[in-house]
Amino acid sequence: MSDKTVNESDVIISVKNVTKEFKNVKALDNVSNDIRKGEVVAIIGPSGSGKSTFLRCLNLLEVPTSGNIYFEGKDITDPKQNINLLRQKMGMVFQQFNLFPHMTVLKNLTLAPMKLQKKPAEQAKEEAMALLKRVGLAEKAEAYPNQLSGGQKQRIAIVRALCMKPDVMLFDEPTSALDPEMVGEVLEVMKGLAEENMTMAVVTHEMGFAREVATRVVFMENGKILEENDPASFFGSPQSPRLNAFLNKVL
Amino acid sequence: MEWLEEFKKDFYLNFIKDDRWKYIANGLGTTIKITVIAILIGLVIGITTAVIRATYAKEHTTKYGSFGQRIYQYVLSLLNFISHVYITVIRGTPTVIQLLIIYFVVFASVAVDKTFAAIIAFSINTGAYISEIVRGGIMSVDNGQFEAGRSLGFGYIRTMIYIVMPQAFKNVLPALGNEFIVLLKETSISGYIALEDLTKGADIIRSRTYDPYFPLLGAALIYLLIVSILSLGVNKLERRLRQSER
Repeated sequence: MSDKTVNESDVIISVKNVTKEFKNVKALDNVSNDIRKGEVVAIIGPSGSGKSTFLRCLNLLEVPTSGNIYFEGKDITDPKQNINLLRQKMGMVFQQFNLFPHMTVLKNLTLAPMKLQKKPAEQAKEEAMALLKRVGLAEKAEAYPNQLSGGQKQRIAIVRALCMKPDVMLFDEPTSALDPEMVGEVLEVMKGLAEENMTMAVVTHEMGFAREVATRVVFMENGKILEENDPASFFGSPQSPRLNAFLNKVL
Repeated sequence: MEWLEEFKKDFYLNFIKDDRWKYIANGLGTTIKITVIAILIGLVIGITTAVIRATYAKEHTTKYGSFGQRIYQYVLSLLNFISHVYITVIRGTPTVIQLLIIYFVVFASVAVDKTFAAIIAFSINTGAYISEIVRGGIMSVDNGQFEAGRSLGFGYIRTMIYIVMPQAFKNVLPALGNEFIVLLKETSISGYIALEDLTKGADIIRSRTYDPYFPLLGAALIYLLIVSILSLGVNKLERRLRQSER
């Protein structure tokens, strides 16, 4: 909402009237929202508000009960679309990292580019190593995930998604499973991505990150988007009393 | 020294005289042949049905998008049903009965080699047990692994092959090794269809020499030896696969 003059063609993900029900519980209740190219959208809200479900719907890890989601103009909820192809352009980072424990770090990074994009091994390795260097973990290329700290795992999970050269990155509470002293190193990597104009949707409890890095903050409650704004107005002058109460609790 | 003379005499009588050791050697060959081929076929049957059942548990829905999805769901349900019945029946009936049915009922009208019939029976039998082992292995892999594979753009099958199955296999290796051992020993019922495996071979010697000790204890020793070697091999493989966890 921060920039009304943005061209409609800049919309990269468009969520239209999406509802998601789990056994009679409405996790998402008729949600609509657009994410534009280069935006960093921070999604916050109390637990159970539907923010993770919203994010997971964006790459169809959760299939909406009703409504449509358009990614680069294609309706991903349409079964005729090849979701596997579309997911290659949407990187995802999980709370629990979900690195593949039976492979070295390097294999984790090169598996998808080699198998899905048919990149030659040498090229995939080079690109992976370049990205690893950028997050300061080049020396861990031959290590196995279980030999790494949480912060290192998450940085590598981010690199794994980046190796596919995605157009959008989705982060599902990327720092929630980390020891406090490791949160910074992961946020630093995400900040770097934002500065390179990566389009990002981030479900997070890190208010500092939302305030500093996000271009738009979305507040969800009970499966609905209650309020959204640019960070300054969002944190400076919250409109709804509910958001006010929430911010008072977490800040 | 008297017992040594006795031992030599009995050994000669049971194993050397009239080339009786051939009953043991040929029987052992048959036992190993049945076990190895049955475990290989059983792995194919077991992994296939396990993947079907795990896929059904994960993917089954009554909400269809397209016609293709409807067909997929119907086929999946049917395959799951067949797998389920197969496992229930095999696990719910004695192996001896299955062997007898295969030889005397299924192959009643065609003259088949007894070894072949035994291989078929034991393959079908061990396949059901392997299926449950492998299914447990697939279920033991965290769903996040599956989601990570899918989110990168891998389809269901490729996520299974590259990401889920290698981890599932590692988790169930001890149980698979155990099933291999159980199968080896279970083939000793092959005598029911007059197939001369290791057990039957030893028993034939017993019936010729009227000496139960040598042939039966000898056969037992051979089973024990093979099982020990198998256990050793499985342990080694296990340790190698666990290297990534340190």
